[in-house]
Amino acid sequence: MPVIEVENLIKRYESKTAVDGVSFTVEPGEIFGILGPNGAGKTTTVECIEGLRRPDGGSVKVFGLDPLRDAEALRERLGVQLQESQLPDKMKVREALKLYASLYRDPADPLELLEQLGLTDKLDSYYSKLSGGQKQRLSIALALIGNPEVAVLDELTTGLDPSARRDTWELIEKVRDRGVTILLVTHFMDEAERLCDRLAIFNKGKVVAVDTPSALIEQVQSDVRVHFQPSKPVDSAILEALPEVTAVHTTATETVVTGTGNVLFAVTSALAAQQVIANNLRVEQANLENVFLQLTGHSIED
Amino acid sequence: MKGFGNFTVMEMKLLLREPIVLLFGVALPVVLLAVFGNLAMMKTPDPNLGGLRVLDVYLPPLISVTITMLGLSTISAVLSNYRERGILKRLATTPAKPLTLLLAEMVVHLVVMAVTVALLLVVGIGLMDIPAPKDFAGFVVAFVLAAASVFAIGLLVAAMAPNARAGSGLGSILFFPVVFFAGLWTPGPAMPEILRQIAVFTPLGAGSQAMQAAWDGDWWQPLRLGVMVVYAVGGCLAASKLFRWTS
Repeated sequence: MPVIEVENLIKRYESKTAVDGVSFTVEPGEIFGILGPNGAGKTTTVECIEGLRRPDGGSVKVFGLDPLRDAEALRERLGVQLQESQLPDKMKVREALKLYASLYRDPADPLELLEQLGLTDKLDSYYSKLSGGQKQRLSIALALIGNPEVAVLDELTTGLDPSARRDTWELIEKVRDRGVTILLVTHFMDEAERLCDRLAIFNKGKVVAVDTPSALIEQVQSDVRVHFQPSKPVDSAILEALPEVTAVHTTATETVVTGTGNVLFAVTSALAAQQVIANNLRVEQANLENVFLQLTGHSIED
Repeated sequence: MKGFGNFTVMEMKLLLREPIVLLFGVALPVVLLAVFGNLAMMKTPDPNLGGLRVLDVYLPPLISVTITMLGLSTISAVLSNYRERGILKRLATTPAKPLTLLLAEMVVHLVVMAVTVALLLVVGIGLMDIPAPKDFAGFVVAFVLAAASVFAIGLLVAAMAPNARAGSGLGSILFFPVVFFAGLWTPGPAMPEILRQIAVFTPLGAGSQAMQAAWDGDWWQPLRLGVMVVYAVGGCLAASKLFRWTS
C-alpha cells in the first residue's frame, strides 16, 4: 500500500487556484521529491498532506487515513519540517529536543539524533545563537524526534552552504536507509537529482511529470556534448561521418563533438581506430534543468 | 493535554529569560509602590478620602498594572510572535494541541502575576502600614476574575494581530486606557463619580473597584464581578473564533 496517495487535489486561495488537480503516490521507503519553482503549489500540497490545510477538492490519504479527520493518529507517524518555522530565541537546543520528544509516545533518543546531526556541542546554545545551517539541522532533528514512519521536509537545504548541503543529503539518505519514507519539497535541481528515487515535477499548480530522475532525463530529446583534447590532430570529417554525430567544433584548446544517443562510444571508437588518445575527456548530458525546460517551456528560476 | 506540564515549565523558563518582562511586569509595580510610599502627599491623610491616605487605596490600581502588563501586553506579544515565527503552526503538526500551549501560557503568566501581587501585598501591608484586605477570599475572587477578563482581551489581541509587531503595539496602546480606568492616576475614591460610572464597564475598572470593595470588606459586587465575567467569556469566545495558528 502506498504511504501517501494524493488524488486530484485542488486548493484555492480566494481567486487563485494554488493546486489544480494534483495526483501522485509515495511508496514505502522511497525518497519522493516534489520539484518546482516558487509558487508552483508545492508547499500547499504538502500542507494538505500534513493536515494543516483543508483541500477544496480531491482526496489525500496518508497510510490510508484522512489527514484532517484522523489527525490524532497520523501525527504520531508523520514527522514535519516546515519552511521557515522557527523556535523561541531563548530556547536551548537540548530543551527543544526534550520538549518535542515529550509530545510523542515513542520518541527517538534526542542525544543520539543530535549526534547524527553534528549538534552535540550546541546542546546548551540558545536557538538565536545558532547559525542558519545549525537551525536547519535542528529542525530536521525535530522532524525525526517522534520516530516517524514518514517525514515531510520542505526546502531543507535553503540557506545552507555547499558543504552543509552535502552533509544534509547524506543524513537524509541515512534516515531513508533506516526505513523512513521521505517526501522532499525542493526547488533545487541538483538536490532532486541526487536524492530522489522518484519525483513529481510541479508547475503552476499541476503535476507535469512523475518518474525517476534518470527516466525523466532520458525522455528529453537533447544533445550530448563530448569535450576532449586529441593527442594529435584529427580530421573532423571522420567524426562528422559518424551517424551519431551532428557537429564537430575545434578550438585552440579542445574539440567538442555534439551528437545524440551513444555518441560517446562512437567518438572514442573512431579516435581509437586513428590511434588518437582523447585527453581530458568530459561529457555534458541533459539534466533535470533540461527536463524542466522541455516540460514547462521555462526555466525553474523564472 | 499532552505536554501541558512540559510546556508550562518551558514557557516559565523562557519568560524568566526575558528580563524586560520581569522588569515591567514584576519590578515596576513594586518600585512604583516603594516610590509612592515615600512621597509625603501619598502618606498624608486626605479628608476627601475620608481620612485615608492615597497610599491606602493604591494597591488595586498597582495590581491592575501587573495584570495588564502580563495578561494583555506580554501574552499577546508572545503569542503573536509565536504565530509569526511558525511556532504554533509547527506545534499543530505534533500530537500536542496548540491549545495546550495557550493554556500553559496563561498558567505561567498567572503565576508571575500572583507572585507580583504577593510582593505588593508584603511590601504594602508589611512596610507601609496599608491595611490588609478585610475580605481576603473576596479579594482573591476579584483578582482572579480581573486576570481572566484581561487574559481574554490579550488573547483577542493576539488573535487579531496580523504580526508580532502589531500584536505588541496594540497591547501597548490598550495598556493606558485599561490602567487609566483602573485608577492608576485617580485611585479609589479619588476618581470622579462620572468616571467611576464609566470605569465599571471596563475590565480593570470593574476589577480595581471590586478589589477595593473586598479590601473594605464588601466583596459581593454583582455588577462589577458580572462585567468581568462577561469580558472573560466574551473575549475567549471571540478569540477562539478568530484565533489562527498560522500567519
